[in-house]
Amino acid sequence: MYSVRWQIFAAALCCLWAMPSAVHASVAGGAGLDVMAVDLHDRASLQRGAALYMNYCLGCHGLKYQRYQRLAEDFGVPEDLVAQQLIFDDSRVGGLIETAMLPVRAAEWFGASPPDLSLIARVRGADWLYTYLRGFYADPSRPWGVNNKVFADVGMPHALLELQGLQHCAPGSSLAPNGGVKRHPLTDEAILDVPCGDFRIDSPGSLSVDEFDSAVHDLVNFLVYVSEPAALQRYRLGIYVLLFLAALLVLALLLNREYWKDVH
Amino acid sequence: MLIRALAALRDWVDERLPIQRAWDTHLAKYYAPKNFNFWYFFGVLSLLILVLQLITGIWLTMNYQPTARDAFDSVERIMRDVEFGWLIRYLHSTGASAFFIVVYLHMFRGLLYGSYRKPRELLWLIGMVIYVLLIAEGFLGYVLPWGQMSYWGAQVIVSLFGAIPVIGDSLLVWVRGDYLISGITLNSFFALHVVLVPLMLVAMVFLHVLALHEVGSLNPDGIEIKEHKDAQGVPLDGVPFHPYYTVHDIVGVTIFLMLFLSVVFFAPEMGGYFLERANFTPANHLVTPDHIVPVWYYTPFYAMLRATTITWFDLDAKFWGAMIMLSAIVVLFLLPWLDRSPVKSMRYKGCMSRCALSLFVVSFLLLGYLGSIPSGGYFLGINLCWQSGGSTVCPMENVDVAQYLTITYFAIFLLMPWYTQRERCSQPPERVRGR
Repeated sequence: MYSVRWQIFAAALCCLWAMPSAVHASVAGGAGLDVMAVDLHDRASLQRGAALYMNYCLGCHGLKYQRYQRLAEDFGVPEDLVAQQLIFDDSRVGGLIETAMLPVRAAEWFGASPPDLSLIARVRGADWLYTYLRGFYADPSRPWGVNNKVFADVGMPHALLELQGLQHCAPGSSLAPNGGVKRHPLTDEAILDVPCGDFRIDSPGSLSVDEFDSAVHDLVNFLVYVSEPAALQRYRLGIYVLLFLAALLVLALLLNREYWKDVH
Repeated sequence: MLIRALAALRDWVDERLPIQRAWDTHLAKYYAPKNFNFWYFFGVLSLLILVLQLITGIWLTMNYQPTARDAFDSVERIMRDVEFGWLIRYLHSTGASAFFIVVYLHMFRGLLYGSYRKPRELLWLIGMVIYVLLIAEGFLGYVLPWGQMSYWGAQVIVSLFGAIPVIGDSLLVWVRGDYLISGITLNSFFALHVVLVPLMLVAMVFLHVLALHEVGSLNPDGIEIKEHKDAQGVPLDGVPFHPYYTVHDIVGVTIFLMLFLSVVFFAPEMGGYFLERANFTPANHLVTPDHIVPVWYYTPFYAMLRATTITWFDLDAKFWGAMIMLSAIVVLFLLPWLDRSPVKSMRYKGCMSRCALSLFVVSFLLLGYLGSIPSGGYFLGINLCWQSGGSTVCPMENVDVAQYLTITYFAIFLLMPWYTQRERCSQPPERVRGR
């Protein structure tokens, strides 16, 4: 009876252990968002993302909690190289990544001052950012000529326009109640009943669609890193801590058995 | 030589301070029942987390700034620039949730085996005071990172004071120290969170352990081991707490730490339940989040607050909601006097008590779920409506279900004197049986 109880207990433990990842998976998806696999161990992707950020984003959005130096350390790039390639103002390598734009002027130009993005990935999630950055489309009624699929009437211009090219709304398909794409009963073709359900690009930018998706992937990967640089340390240290505890558990169980063997 | 010197020092101290007696009373000659099971780990785990929270809390205060301007930034600095600051902070934030998990399980153990019954009424009452202090401590601490959810959570909860008739408005200003939640509120909450409430908590936990060691631990059979002693006055079914339960608890503590640290290292946000997404945005009194939700451990009570729609005596539904929340906790204090069963443990109680306890668990969990989702909508999507006399009746909206569950919650306690006396119980054994 004693051993059966422990088996049930062990099974419950395994379930509990699996829970965080399951909870995470169910929360991360969200309605209508494209899913992106974050990989903080892919240094090349993080480096490319950092380069994109410094070139296309930092003009308006600071990363005021992140230091250039920490970035160099975590990405395995020599500090002088970071200073040469990524610092465009007079910041020191130990300094924080701040935007040169004055918030007061920014509010005049954009209606609201562009937010700092240090923690944006923890607020919005990687999937949202990945979808948002690929979701700008032409809308002449907006001040900057573009609107966004997941953030309607956003005040931000399409910063990656020269890379992606301008997307235009195209009719797209919708989902039937059974979860599949709605199709015509005779021709079996998808019914395009959503006015802006898809995009077409008339004049492509400097990157192809796949290249652009991959560039945005790198950029979002970078933002996820910036939102919590300690995540890399966390995983590394966590494995050793759990291994230690597993070893301790064996000793603790043996000690417990030794003491209790005479109690009936 | 050295050992002799240490022994002499011990004797010198012992003549002036009863350390040997304290060791014997509380560890080496404190006899605990030999049949403690899984449910008996959570007391020692609560103590472990209390110490963890105190230690990590002290380290956090070394770098935290309790001002509206710097609070949010200082937390991020702890996360990034302070050596192992992220670990200290995650231990503390995960520790808060873990504290409630183990305390809820500890309290459930009390319900299951009747640990609140005579002569342990005062032990239970002190425990309930600890629980109330813990609720206050958790709430105050959640405000400190000064994110959006900190701010608006504080706004919602503190505004409950304003629902009290006559004195409400001036009381509200006094609690906030301002006309809105501001840096002044933050600073006073910081003082309460790091000084007053922890002091009270430690004092109460001390009394809790003292009271426990006076009356002795109960066990899954709900019978007193002190009724059968040997010639030396040692309970026949007891074992000395040290070393038997110290080595036993090391196992429990290790397993607990494996689970706890898995969350700390691999999922500190716990999918938004331990650290809410909106709280990574600095507090802004001009922007209300779409969906204000308290942390998971308050959601059962929050669901009761939201489910209250009565406006008796011309008073706000919010006032009655706050009263119901308060009563839901007060009723737990009365438990030792509500339970009139001839036996203590659920093992020997009848089916009505067992059903009531199961129903209690289900309603508490469902209320917790309902408190964590946006208001409105149908329960689990059950869109059950019909026409009746020209109006539409929908009895399965979330708010309706929360009302049924709130009534169930109270009925379980208020009917307890009746069903515990009425049901047929089985006879507990003379001596403890098994785990």
